[in-house]
Amino acid sequence: MITKKDVEHVALLARLELSEAEKEKFTEQLNAILEYADALKKLDTTNVQPTAHPLPINNVFREDVARPGIANEDALANAPEQEDGFFKVPKIV
Amino acid sequence: MPVQDYEVVIGLEVHAELKTNSKIFCSCTTEFGGEQNTHVCPVCLGLPGVLPVLNKQVVEFAVMTGLALNCKIAEFSKFDRKNYYYPDLPKNYQVSQYDLPIAEHGYLEITVNDEHKRIGITRVHMEEDAGKLVHAGATISQSDYSLVDYNRTGVPLVEIVSEPDLRSPEEAKAYLEKLKAILQYTEVSDCKMEEGSLRCDANISLRHWGAKEFGTKTELKNMNSFKALQRAVEYEIERQAQILDEGGRIVQETRTWDDNKGVSLSLRSKEEAHDYRYFPEPDLVPLVIDREWVDRVKAGLPELPDARQKRYVEQLGLPEYDAMVITGSKAMAEFFEACLEHYRDAKAISNWVMGELSRLLNAHGMEITESRVKPRDLAKMLQLLEQGTISSKIAKTVFEEVFATGKDPEAIVREKGLVQISDEGAIGAIVDKIVEANPQSVADFKAGKDRAVGFLVGQVMKETKGKANPGLVNKLLLERLHKN
Repeated sequence: MITKKDVEHVALLARLELSEAEKEKFTEQLNAILEYADALKKLDTTNVQPTAHPLPINNVFREDVARPGIANEDALANAPEQEDGFFKVPKIV
Repeated sequence: MPVQDYEVVIGLEVHAELKTNSKIFCSCTTEFGGEQNTHVCPVCLGLPGVLPVLNKQVVEFAVMTGLALNCKIAEFSKFDRKNYYYPDLPKNYQVSQYDLPIAEHGYLEITVNDEHKRIGITRVHMEEDAGKLVHAGATISQSDYSLVDYNRTGVPLVEIVSEPDLRSPEEAKAYLEKLKAILQYTEVSDCKMEEGSLRCDANISLRHWGAKEFGTKTELKNMNSFKALQRAVEYEIERQAQILDEGGRIVQETRTWDDNKGVSLSLRSKEEAHDYRYFPEPDLVPLVIDREWVDRVKAGLPELPDARQKRYVEQLGLPEYDAMVITGSKAMAEFFEACLEHYRDAKAISNWVMGELSRLLNAHGMEITESRVKPRDLAKMLQLLEQGTISSKIAKTVFEEVFATGKDPEAIVREKGLVQISDEGAIGAIVDKIVEANPQSVADFKAGKDRAVGFLVGQVMKETKGKANPGLVNKLLLERLHKN
């Protein structure tokens, strides 16, 4: 059961600012989603391995070869703020 | 209550950057020190729509690390997303391994005060490194803004987690030293603490002797040298002991070590309400490592520090301590072995490598790989010493000269006229002169003051600028004194 407190916690972790009305709404919606997913619990999974990935593929690798990346200007093209080739970010703590 | 009334419990989490050419999930170079944000691409910048592909060499190195640490390699392993917001992480999650790491249940052995101890390794897992932050102010909290360089983002790391088996700052340091040596021997990491390619966090708690439960722990970060690790742990033990003595409680928190001030500071903040919400990384498929793969990596494992130490003791007859110090650094062990190819007295070599060479390297802040004294030079000098061409006192002078200039020891001895005087007649004449000039010392000797001999030997050495054969000086001097 998801409570309003859980929604507030997840919102904080996701850096989302929610209004009181939104908190109520999302609590309700998240509970509805979880209830729906609960249907899966009816299945007997005693002999089923946990799924790590939906595709039955393992071991996809790249060889260890370095190649040039992108130019500094391109890397910073979408940065809201920049300085001397760095991304500039607001005060952290 | 003094600190001794508590048992110290320490576990270390070590991050080592792997020595690959390219990053863990993209082809950007891992080279250190490039211009900011030039070793980046859409994958490591976390731009939308990109897909990571695992670097095979990272798996090879991680398996090798696990085997070198006596771990069991997982047949089935996967990557997970560790979610948290911090500007050094462009995707807002770090790709790491959570419940199915590549290696578990290992150990390594340390020696502290001649006592051997086995320290458990809980796990080894692979993950991507984060970027680097440059703060505008002196510290993060004094900064109005920060600058981010993502060159390091995506550089492959192994995180090695120890069991809480360490019981003192000395053991913690010994563990880190041994771990560093193993990572260097296996050549999976260059382990440069000053460049951040080897980093260490410590979990520390205290409990009363005999207590079964662990006390509340704190996590210490930001220790950038072996010395800093030891000091930080010592400080934290004192801090916790004081709180407990005053009837207080330890707050479980992350603290950062300030090496300049010699204190640890709390990093408590809202961000510390850590909830990483791990879940399987859907963009990467699982890893299956079969027996053959493990066996192949195992076959390629080099001789590790413990085995080499044992060989030095058993086959070369080195004392345990010498063998431990020399094998503690791969570069030093290689230098030592290269010397052995030109000179057979292992103990003489180890004395000079651990003594004069290490002293001069430390004084100049140099690594052994930067030494101008090459193994052949040290071997040559030891031959000159053994043949009696130079005295042990002169050897030090010659060694310092080779260290400073990289010149051939024989050339130095020749050019500077440092050949030892072993001619009985020549030394005898000087001894006569000294005995004649110092009647008081001779009288002291007759009166049973043995110290007088030392003084007279010193005078002869001074007269010959250290070149007289000391054994011969002693012998001739005693003959004269007894005759007198």
